Amino acid sequence: MKKKTIYLNTAFAAAFGFAAAAAHADDVRFMCYSDGNECEVYEDVLSRFTADTGIGVAVDVVPYQAILENLPVQLAAGTGPDIAKVTDLGGLNEYYLDLAPHVDRAYWEGSFGETLDWYRGNAGGDGIYGMHSQLTITGAFVNATLFEQAGVDLPAAGATWEEWAAASRDVAKATGTDFPMAIDRSGHRVAGPAISYGAKLFDADGNGKLVDDGFTAFTQQFVDWHNDGTIAKDVWAGQGGSTYQDAAQEFINGELVFYYSGSWQVGRMDENVGDFFDWKVVGSPCGPAGACSGMPGGAGIVGFKQTSQPEKVAAVIDYLAQEDVYAEVTARTKNLPAHLGVAAKGVEFQDASPAAQDALNGFAGALPAVSPIAFQYQGYAGNRAMYGITVERISQAIVGELSVADAMDRAAADLEAAMAESK
Amino acid sequence: MLSIISPIMRIVEIPMLALQRLLGINKLAWVFLLPNLILFGLFAFLPVILNIFYATTGGDNVLLADRPYVGARNFGTLTDCSNFLDPNSCREDKFWRAVWNTVWFVTLQVGFMVGFSLLTAIILNRDIRARGFFRSVFFFPVLLSPVVVALVWKWILQREGVLNAFLDWTGVGGINWLVSADWAFGWSVFISVWAHMGFYTLILLAGLQAIPRDVYEAALMDRSSPWRTFRRITLPLLSPTMLVVLVLAMIKGVQTFDEVYAFTGGGPGTATTFIIQYIYEEGFAGAPRLFGLSAAASLLVAGVLVLLTLVQLWANRSNVDG
Repeated sequence: MKKKTIYLNTAFAAAFGFAAAAAHADDVRFMCYSDGNECEVYEDVLSRFTADTGIGVAVDVVPYQAILENLPVQLAAGTGPDIAKVTDLGGLNEYYLDLAPHVDRAYWEGSFGETLDWYRGNAGGDGIYGMHSQLTITGAFVNATLFEQAGVDLPAAGATWEEWAAASRDVAKATGTDFPMAIDRSGHRVAGPAISYGAKLFDADGNGKLVDDGFTAFTQQFVDWHNDGTIAKDVWAGQGGSTYQDAAQEFINGELVFYYSGSWQVGRMDENVGDFFDWKVVGSPCGPAGACSGMPGGAGIVGFKQTSQPEKVAAVIDYLAQEDVYAEVTARTKNLPAHLGVAAKGVEFQDASPAAQDALNGFAGALPAVSPIAFQYQGYAGNRAMYGITVERISQAIVGELSVADAMDRAAADLEAAMAESK
Repeated sequence: MLSIISPIMRIVEIPMLALQRLLGINKLAWVFLLPNLILFGLFAFLPVILNIFYATTGGDNVLLADRPYVGARNFGTLTDCSNFLDPNSCREDKFWRAVWNTVWFVTLQVGFMVGFSLLTAIILNRDIRARGFFRSVFFFPVLLSPVVVALVWKWILQREGVLNAFLDWTGVGGINWLVSADWAFGWSVFISVWAHMGFYTLILLAGLQAIPRDVYEAALMDRSSPWRTFRRITLPLLSPTMLVVLVLAMIKGVQTFDEVYAFTGGGPGTATTFIIQYIYEEGFAGAPRLFGLSAAASLLVAGVLVLLTLVQLWANRSNVDG
């Protein structure tokens, strides 16, 4: 009797296990990372999709580093997920599933416009490879309370980087604040200021070209500001390699007057600063070249052609791209919309304070000032290599391992070698 | 119990006897070795062979079939230097910065490690109060994960960390330790010594306890001074153990990565970038992923490690023979 019970239980467990495994085998696997609460919101929204269509979606939440480092290797080895949220938009194009045969082309082109190009990378063409799920733009946050305490007026719209640096130094000095300025340690973040200083980033044939007079002028200024204490050395000199480092915590702690980062930090600021001090977004300062450019960017959701269920993958992404769903996700995640329809109607961000609402509107308002070079750079397949080289070589110049001239020579040689290897 | 095991053993015995008849008793050894050989081949030999293939191919594809053969080009890129002592004169300056950082790190870390471990082992070998407690205290950091070690020290040493708070309180004033290349390097050495010396202390303690007591008693009767006893008895009799410790510490030093990577990320600039971090960043963290260059660098490091291992084997053999 006892033996019989054991056999029956074992058989039942095995059958249940196989059934569960079989059910999960059909799920569409979505590799997701969050800047805030994105994956959580996607999981919730997609549960409704599953209820409506019967298509299961398993959202695997991973750290951002896994998207940068593990995903490309998985894709190359043919063991990637079905869908992922990526930031190397054009660089992974060779693995993307073309959604065009499965979706309404007119709707997608009308809704996502130029951002569709970012996913085409070097391949070009008119394929539809990804839905830009969150549009970001770089820009500056300032601690308005510190300006008020110091009795220094906020520089007016159109002020230059030099003017902001001078004002931030005055405020820091008057209030005893640790640092006047900080910029995230990222090649993407310094690209906007570099463009404002005249960096072209591309040669006449449209190939990436990092070093020119504009880029060198910005680098020299950036290094000088580190040396004279205008910019917090901790951010760029406190790390090695091309590791990302932000200064959001310093800004939240009130140790920073002017912080150049981007729109994705609004949620964090809103949540953590509270009524500790007043903060506001002032966009991107202008450079000697006349531009006042930030860098567009963000993340998108793509499907991979190695999937065994392309129709289901396309259906999931198409669902997320529908105006009502997109608007809901944008409102709940406090991101700028890349969907033209949603952007045109405006977004009532959920649980956002007036400061956050103003900040997001401020970032959205800075979009027209973004240089066409910045848009081209964002969609360029070799931009990750250029970002990495920028961080490594500028860091070496900041800590004095290389002169600015040597750092620029090395950066140009690194890019040439990188391009030769990726051909 | 025996009644259960015996029938099982008989079942196993039948095919084993058949195999022995078929292969002979000498070749039967291979049958026992086979499972381990397969695992070793799969997880040790195969990666080494794959690494050689990667080192001789270029491009950024991960699949070998898609990678063009480039011969010794990657090795040429790494060794293209007009002066090996000056990384700025090298084509792949980051590699040579990492090499020299590693050389300095290993020299300092191993020197301090062996010195402090010996001192600690000698103290812990004496009849001091709470000896067991202190032995545990010195061994405790060895049990910590390298990332935990790095994070704990980062919290202590960051700009607004515990150490600077203390220095501010005393009026000395804090230092931004992790932004200065020299301080960051120095602290990396210190933390590595702190984290690993317990292990080497334990080995040296065992070596000290293996020295016969009567030799010391004879020295005492001859009125030998403590320093002379240490120099003429302890050090010579401990030297085989010291050599093992030295070689093990050097191998471990060359392989340093996780602790320092989590602690400084290799910075400021490249001040604490060591060779394993260089290999990791070229192959996996950067864009494009230069698997070939990374594999070539790892083969060069493997060569150094093989050399050090041979020294260790030789030291062990001398120890046994001596």
